[in-house]
Amino acid sequence: MNINLTLLLEMIVFAIFVWFTMKFVWGPIVGVLDERKATIADGLAASEKGLKDQEMAKELAKQKVKEAKLEAAEIIAQAKSRDTQMVEEAKGKAVEEADRIIAGAQAEIDQEVNRAKDSLRTQVSELAVAGASKILGKEVDASAHKTALKDLIAQI
Amino acid sequence: MASGTLTSTEYIRHHLSNATFGRHADGSWGMARSAEEAKEMGFMAVHVDSMFWSIFLAAVFLFFFTRVAKNISAGVPGKMQNFVEWIVEFVDDSVQDSFTGKNKLVGPLALTVFAWVLLMNAMDLVPVDLIPWLFDKAGIASFQKVVPSTDPNVTFAMALSIFALVLFYSVKNKGFGGFAGELTLHPFEAKNIFVKVLLIPINFFLEFVSLISKPISLALRLFGNMYAGEMIFILIALMLTAGPVIGVFGGGLQLIWAIFHILIVILQAFIFMTLTVVYLEMAHQTDH
Repeated sequence: MNINLTLLLEMIVFAIFVWFTMKFVWGPIVGVLDERKATIADGLAASEKGLKDQEMAKELAKQKVKEAKLEAAEIIAQAKSRDTQMVEEAKGKAVEEADRIIAGAQAEIDQEVNRAKDSLRTQVSELAVAGASKILGKEVDASAHKTALKDLIAQI
Repeated sequence: MASGTLTSTEYIRHHLSNATFGRHADGSWGMARSAEEAKEMGFMAVHVDSMFWSIFLAAVFLFFFTRVAKNISAGVPGKMQNFVEWIVEFVDDSVQDSFTGKNKLVGPLALTVFAWVLLMNAMDLVPVDLIPWLFDKAGIASFQKVVPSTDPNVTFAMALSIFALVLFYSVKNKGFGGFAGELTLHPFEAKNIFVKVLLIPINFFLEFVSLISKPISLALRLFGNMYAGEMIFILIALMLTAGPVIGVFGGGLQLIWAIFHILIVILQAFIFMTLTVVYLEMAHQTDH
């Protein structure tokens, strides 16, 4: 129960003990505890952010799908109208072509008829001259009856 | 018992005396051979057993805790690391509950106080006669008080160190004038300057007593609790020599008291730590 030098020595021991604990025990351990706390907090924050991002991505994906659907519908509608347009165009072209072909054929036919008429005309005048000379027994001068022959040809 | 020829009084005395090294009355240095001799040595004496056991327990604590602290990682902790972290976190939480200031010393100080007081108190649970008996067998014939916290030198050493810190931080944070004002202008306040001056001695007396009572109560509470507990262990141990019936009864009492004492051991360590933190918090409060 005596108070003596032990008191001072114990105070020195206590001071050294506190210093030692502060430097080699408390510092590292609390540092690691704080580090782990920070890591956990970061992880929680990251997971929350991840969830938010996922939600946003879902929303974005939904929007994109909607847009794509709209676009697709538009494209289909466009294609359909283009289709009918093309058919119409083709029809028009075909009719035109047909008309052109018919017109060509008609022109050819007319040309052929004219040619046949022409050759017929010359043959008719020759035939008329030959017939007349046979009937008359003498040669008929074709140039003398030029006008008459021309009339005849024109009648044909 | 060290020897069968001791009386009860001698036995108790033997257990409550420290192994004291100091200067004898004749001027030579050496171990005290009796309580009277130890008393005669006065201030120039050292309690070898208190010193040895307190340093030994501090070393045990530091050995385990520095070993963990050296290999500590922020990853998944091992069993030992978990245990150490649990204690450090417990202390840290207690500190943060009652300490609002910014001071890097308070945490480690609280841990040191808690661990040291706890370990010193826990020496109480070692059977009272075991270590003296082992020393006796080893041929070292001396007193052995293995519970350092039953030595007022140890408890006062801690309490006075903490008191010195309280004074230091009080002056540092409040300024000398602020601290002096705290001691002299409360609890009785007055607007009139004359009354104020008149109240200074009264206030100072009250505040000074409350200031001084802090380290004294801190030291004596721990000392008293552990000393009384140890005394009861010694008294129960005496029953073991009084025949088989009382001996068995005494054994039962020993067990019950030891179990109850586990609570006191931890509680006193916790109280000492909490009060340390609270006193330091008061030293950091500038708005009083």
